[in-house]
Amino acid sequence: MKHIADWALNLATMRGAFYADARVVDERSRALSTKNGRIGGASDSESLGIGIRVLADGAWGFAASDDLSRAGVAAAAARAVEIAKASARVKQHDVRLAPEKPVTAEWTTPHKIDPFTISVEQNLELLLKIDAELRSVTGVTLAETSMNFRREEQWYASSEGGRIHQTKYTAGAGYAAYAFAGNEIQKRSYPSSFGGQWQNKGYELIEELKLLENARRIGEETVALLKADRCPEGALDVILESSQLGLQIHESVGHPIELDRVLGMEANFAGTSFLTLDKLRTLRYGSDLVNIVADARQEHGPGLGTFAFDDEGVAAQCTPIISNGLFTGYLSSRETAHTIGAARSGGTLRAEAWNRLPIIRMTNISILPGEKPLTLEQLIASTDHAILMQTNRSWSIDDKRYNFQFGCEMGWEIKNGKRARMIKNPSYSGITTEFWNAMDAICSRDEWTLWGTPNCGKGQPQQVMGTGHGASPARFRKIKVGSAYKGN
Amino acid sequence: MLNKDRAADIFSRIKKSSTADEVETFLWGGRSALTRFANNTIHQNVAEENVVVSVRSVFGGRTARATTNKLDDESLKRVVQASENLAKVQQPDPDLLPMADAAEAARSVHPLPPRHFEETAAITPEARADAVKKVVAAALKRKLTAAGIFSTSETQEAIFNSRGIAHWHAQTSSEISITMLAPDSSGWQKANSPNVALLDPAALGEVAAEKAAKSAAPREIPAGKYTVILEPAAVLDMAGFMFWDFGGLAILDQRSFLTNRVGTKLFGDNINIRDDVAHPLQSGSPFDGEGMPRQRIPLVENGVVKRLVYARATAAKMQKSEHKDKVGPVEPTGHGFTLPNEMGEAPMNLVFGAPRDPKTVEQMIASTERGVLVTRLWYIREVDPYEKILTGMTRDGTFYVENGKVQYGVRNFRFNESLIKMLSNVQEMGTPVRASGEESFDMVVPAMKVGEFNFTEVTKF
Repeated sequence: MKHIADWALNLATMRGAFYADARVVDERSRALSTKNGRIGGASDSESLGIGIRVLADGAWGFAASDDLSRAGVAAAAARAVEIAKASARVKQHDVRLAPEKPVTAEWTTPHKIDPFTISVEQNLELLLKIDAELRSVTGVTLAETSMNFRREEQWYASSEGGRIHQTKYTAGAGYAAYAFAGNEIQKRSYPSSFGGQWQNKGYELIEELKLLENARRIGEETVALLKADRCPEGALDVILESSQLGLQIHESVGHPIELDRVLGMEANFAGTSFLTLDKLRTLRYGSDLVNIVADARQEHGPGLGTFAFDDEGVAAQCTPIISNGLFTGYLSSRETAHTIGAARSGGTLRAEAWNRLPIIRMTNISILPGEKPLTLEQLIASTDHAILMQTNRSWSIDDKRYNFQFGCEMGWEIKNGKRARMIKNPSYSGITTEFWNAMDAICSRDEWTLWGTPNCGKGQPQQVMGTGHGASPARFRKIKVGSAYKGN
Repeated sequence: MLNKDRAADIFSRIKKSSTADEVETFLWGGRSALTRFANNTIHQNVAEENVVVSVRSVFGGRTARATTNKLDDESLKRVVQASENLAKVQQPDPDLLPMADAAEAARSVHPLPPRHFEETAAITPEARADAVKKVVAAALKRKLTAAGIFSTSETQEAIFNSRGIAHWHAQTSSEISITMLAPDSSGWQKANSPNVALLDPAALGEVAAEKAAKSAAPREIPAGKYTVILEPAAVLDMAGFMFWDFGGLAILDQRSFLTNRVGTKLFGDNINIRDDVAHPLQSGSPFDGEGMPRQRIPLVENGVVKRLVYARATAAKMQKSEHKDKVGPVEPTGHGFTLPNEMGEAPMNLVFGAPRDPKTVEQMIASTERGVLVTRLWYIREVDPYEKILTGMTRDGTFYVENGKVQYGVRNFRFNESLIKMLSNVQEMGTPVRASGEESFDMVVPAMKVGEFNFTEVTKF
């Protein structure tokens, strides 16, 4: 495949490209699911193609094709240059790329078991067992399970001499139980909502998740929610378990720190950001306990944002985003680095597939665990009155990322250090910086999980990307709770 | 590029390799391009072409799908084998029906208006750039910053199966979306059509610019219940959240807000909704994921939920269920997704009925004593699946209306509103138009004036 990328670069350069890079991507995926004891879906898919990105006349062009014949690649390269020259008709200045030393490298996601070597029968058997266990609880009216695997092999080449061959494995699995009665539908998911837990790992992830062991509990909680009390309204302390805190980070830290958003490049669709450039190293984003990094390196863990090089050949890095509460960093690319005075890209440009242009994406945006030992049970024990919220059910935030509202599947009212009663339909809302400044406790490393968000949408045409979010449970003081149902 | 002959040739090669009881092939492909601009500059500009072949095999009640974009003989053999291997290892599903045959799929086919336009298919990157240039020039003249997209595509899809189904559909599409940004405000417009000649980027840019200018220096007004005037894009982005619940399988699964509500009056008398792929303002192919023709289905009449849509297997299942006498006519309607799937079906070509006395947005404003004019909504999510409470934000042009006039721009609101309540409180409606938003698929919807719309919070801009 390497020679195909080389053809593309030669042809683009001959046509007048000042810079070019090409990615040949061969992707394979498998999706299995069950619903109420039957196979819901069983599918394999593969996709192979090339994406060619060029700079000509100071502007960008990109063309992608599934035709990897010499003629097909030549046509795509010529189209990319033609498009770049058309782009140059509407520009205010030439694109500048931060320098990056080209490298030749090979990298594969560390994994123990290639998920495609595990038989489909074995996978379906596990899903059907979980499905049966969920439905063994009286009152569960719908059970859904799923398991997904992906292998993406990419050959990257640039006109500057970069040659990088990366193979990434992704695994994900989870399930949900629903209970319908009267005028309500309740739901519980495991390990998290929207497809469960996802990481850049092999089949070993499935073995680690203890899926079957938790199914009965999840079914029982689903049914119990029907009889639980509604979430109270008011300014209350909130404890978020780690998957919900992961999504809170995604929406109220991960997106606003994308430098393309900050610079207005996403204004028409995803929006802009309240984190204007003047706020770098001046804004108190959160309390002293808030330390958040963007870390794509392997040593951070097997997150969906872990890689060796991004899709413009920049090595994975760790960028401090919030340091003891102070806003300290953005997610940047070679094109945007100069706007924050950086000599080098932060290495965050990624594309969903061969037919998409790489754009700035979250890597693993993680809150660092507390340094003092603190378990969730100890945090609860130290809390007079709060609502503990678990597993996301709804999420929404404005287009500058100030005002957010989250709903969770289940809550517990904490009173005098103990779980006093189960709460249904819990929700909370607020303003991003006010919320993070209200954090007064975070659990330590033992409670920290690197969650995967497989469905982050951004860009036009829209691209769906996986991002990682490490988090421990944390407590926030005097948060607006329960307004999702106010007035309805 | 995919054409009818090439599609038929691919299917014949697949059929030769197949050892299954039945085999089906879904193909889609095409060319698309998108010119994206921001900061008055074309900053991203892309084009792609691809052809995808998806094979479904059936062995005695067991089915699975495999998909590839590699079209050489060896790859096609491999994709057939992959779908067969996945199917063979399953337990038989007693609800799986034989594939539709040509006779079943031939009934009630509605002829479509033209949806393929050479002018759209042939547009060049230069032509898109020149259109963007005009939008940017208008922005610069008003000291605004323009951002948006101009996209075009030519796509084909086909479905064949071993029981004689052979359908083909080709269409073009074009879309323009424009945001005009001022220092503390913004305005937005979006339109699309199969025929690029019907799009007017300069006019859309002008409306977006006007909204940005008029909403400058937004004031904060308190959250609460307001009369709102929702422009069509705002209506569609809200309404789109309920149509997944109009599938028969959603009722059988008890995940629909229509469970136990079909046949009841759920919305106001003035709400009429149908699904109609052949409507002149609609788009898309006339067959579903099993090759069944899409039927015209009245979903809501005078506020009463009348009917659901069905894939073939869902209709058969519903006939045997306790719900069968409470959900209106039960029959395959041509709204199924490609099999196998968990969702069953959904109506995707929605058309709201025109009111007896349509009002323009200006007339709605003129009749409003105190209210809020909403251009667009954003990040809508479902808070409660049965009461259909949705949350989200206003965006890109939110105005306070008093004494029949737009007074000034206001800071954006968060809403938590039940869609059932919203469609019960529609006081006035416009003539339905083809609208396009960001949260839902395109549909034919009117602007609406809605009473008691529930804003719960105000953001900082």
